[in-house]
Amino acid sequence: MSYEIIGISVLWIFLYGYLIVASIDFGAGFFAFYAKITKQDHVVNQLIARYLSPVWEVTNVFFVFFFVGIVGFFPESAYYYGSALLVPGSIAIILLAIRGSFYAFENYGSKQSTVYTFLYGATGLLIPASLSVALTMSEGGFITEENGVVSLQYLKLFTSPLSWSIVALAIVSVLFISATFLSFYAARAQDEPALKLVRHFALFWSTPSIIAALTTFIFLSQHNPGHYENMLDLWWMLGLSVGFFMIASWLLYMGKYYGIAFVSIMLQYFFAFFGYGIGHYPYILDPLISIHEGATHESMGIALIIAFIGGLLLLVPSLILLMKLFLFNADYVKGKK
Amino acid sequence: MELDTVLISRLLTAMTLGFHIIFATLGVGVPLMISAAEFIGIKRKDPHYRLLARRWTRGFIISVAVGVVTGTAIGLQLSLVWPNFMQMAGNVISLPLFMEVFAFFFEAIFLGIYLYTWDRFKNEYIHWLFSLPIIIGGGFSAVFITIVNAFMNTPDGFEVENGAFAAVNPIGAMLNPATPTKVFHVLSTAYLTCAAILAAITAFLILKKKATDYYKKALKLTLALTFVFGVLTVITGDTSAKFLAAHQPEKLAAAEWHFETEEGADLILFGWLNDAHETIGEIRIPKFLSFLAHGDFNAEVTGLEETPEEMWPPLWVHYMFDLMVTIGFVLPAIALLYFILKKMKNRQEHNKGMLSLIALSGPLALAAIEFGWIYAEEGRQPWIIRGYMTVEEAATSSPYIGLMFILFLALYILLGTLFVITLRKIFRDNPAEEELEKHYPSVKKGDES
Repeated sequence: MSYEIIGISVLWIFLYGYLIVASIDFGAGFFAFYAKITKQDHVVNQLIARYLSPVWEVTNVFFVFFFVGIVGFFPESAYYYGSALLVPGSIAIILLAIRGSFYAFENYGSKQSTVYTFLYGATGLLIPASLSVALTMSEGGFITEENGVVSLQYLKLFTSPLSWSIVALAIVSVLFISATFLSFYAARAQDEPALKLVRHFALFWSTPSIIAALTTFIFLSQHNPGHYENMLDLWWMLGLSVGFFMIASWLLYMGKYYGIAFVSIMLQYFFAFFGYGIGHYPYILDPLISIHEGATHESMGIALIIAFIGGLLLLVPSLILLMKLFLFNADYVKGKK
Repeated sequence: MELDTVLISRLLTAMTLGFHIIFATLGVGVPLMISAAEFIGIKRKDPHYRLLARRWTRGFIISVAVGVVTGTAIGLQLSLVWPNFMQMAGNVISLPLFMEVFAFFFEAIFLGIYLYTWDRFKNEYIHWLFSLPIIIGGGFSAVFITIVNAFMNTPDGFEVENGAFAAVNPIGAMLNPATPTKVFHVLSTAYLTCAAILAAITAFLILKKKATDYYKKALKLTLALTFVFGVLTVITGDTSAKFLAAHQPEKLAAAEWHFETEEGADLILFGWLNDAHETIGEIRIPKFLSFLAHGDFNAEVTGLEETPEEMWPPLWVHYMFDLMVTIGFVLPAIALLYFILKKMKNRQEHNKGMLSLIALSGPLALAAIEFGWIYAEEGRQPWIIRGYMTVEEAATSSPYIGLMFILFLALYILLGTLFVITLRKIFRDNPAEEELEKHYPSVKKGDES
């Protein structure tokens, strides 16, 4: 396997990791806000804060990791994506900045403010929307290059059904993933009232998430038939994805085995995300950057892979420790520590 | 000067970095101070030091949050605002950039653990141990990101074919000539600045309230650290100057208004420059520039005349250099004065004048960080990668850059204001005396003399 394939695979895994952890985080922010305005905050907000407080910074790193990795492995992408994404990218940064710092101001500072909670919740939905522009862009047809000036065709982007269906998919997925995780977390904490509420959220968002996935798939077939054909060849991955969705929904409906339900959702998105990603091969930006031509020099590629391995040897045990101390520590989850 | 996209790109990056380095510096240095306080507290069974660690941590986490989000901003802006730069340099410097993210990751994980495991372990040293990865992670992210910057000053570790970097040696690029001096100077100044800031806050509180044992201990610890890292900073500053003389002579020459190459060159402090490039009203230390540059009073120092004039850095960097160096000497001097007063018989170390000086040292230290950084960056103009790519060739061509500048300006004003408000609220609503009683009821009120 060539180094650029290893590179894009690892990066795709990290992006998938970000998709899961960030969805939990973004969705939790929205639910915390929703609970507050519907006067149910006493039910779930303790639970949400207990999970989020030790990990919010880690979530952020997954994202930084991905974008530093992609420009490292594929410097061409810095040129095209960097030039075209100045506006949506900057907006995403500003939203992330407001979200991250306000979280700290609210939780570590002694100020309880509805405005902060609102911004925290609202940005949780706007960030996935602004980030999904990059995904839409990668399908090609939204960028022009004239006299060395790369620009994004905003009108085309805003009138494209594909871009809106990706935005919708991103938002409902965030809410679905997050609610399922919170159900699992509440069940562990044996917090019945919170569980009742978040399970309700999870059930509610399951149907829109699968509908959004289907519409995105249909619009993709119109916008980029090549990508669509490639994905059809990976029909078994998409099938597995739908299968795990059904398992998760059934478990949520039955109201038991929340841990397995969450794992099923992780697998559902895993197969969908990788089916999508593999179908995109060999392009990073259709048709301007391909994985093989846009890659960095071999010596740097190999150095980066060695850094990956070294970094993961350090990070994986640390992450396991973090999860042991907070996520899987029954006393902590219940709020006793 | 016309307000073109290149200039706005520069201003936007300068603003983001100028704001970020305040929090980045705190992020590197403060964990060391916290760890030191907690260690002394456990070792001496002294609740004062342990409370110090707790309270510093509480303020620290707010600055970390702003540091993380502005760090994410600059990370993305590198590609958004300087796409051509990243396309070219990404081939050579993505390794240290990447390793920086790993260091940050490592720090983020253990910061979460450290924050939420106070009082969770029977053996108190276990909690203290979790502070070490935070120091290491913070230190290494500074190291790796400084390496990226060092590369931009003295690019190395590649060959050039058809205007692009080829035959890349990632390790060679990381170990470029500027790396050692830059890394050590960045680390020593970050530790110095944090010690000085914490000392300044303590002195300010003593001035406002009174000198309880808790504050006195905090002051002694932070000033001791200020002195140690102050001396270290003077040493690393000196090696940085010698590095510049050898590898980037035009940067040193611009800082010193040293136009003609000569032996036994004078050091020029402050002053003005007239149109004929002559200095007025300066303080002149004979032959000292030769000594600073080469460790020899009669050595030859390269002047700006050796560089074509269109490649000169702006000459106002002289002031940045002088201010940075002056503050670098003043900070350890203030700390030393405190310990001299303390050793004297009548023990006058907590008098108003001394405390005011210390209170001033914090803002001075932060200012020196900014001055030094502006000097380092502007001193490399007009290059973004010295000798290979100018800033103009690297910037984005997007017409929206001006709008983005305004958006980010608003963001930083908002974050800066809320940062100050939140910090004040945390500490005002929760005075140290009350907290001491709550956490450590064994401490009697009588201790608070």
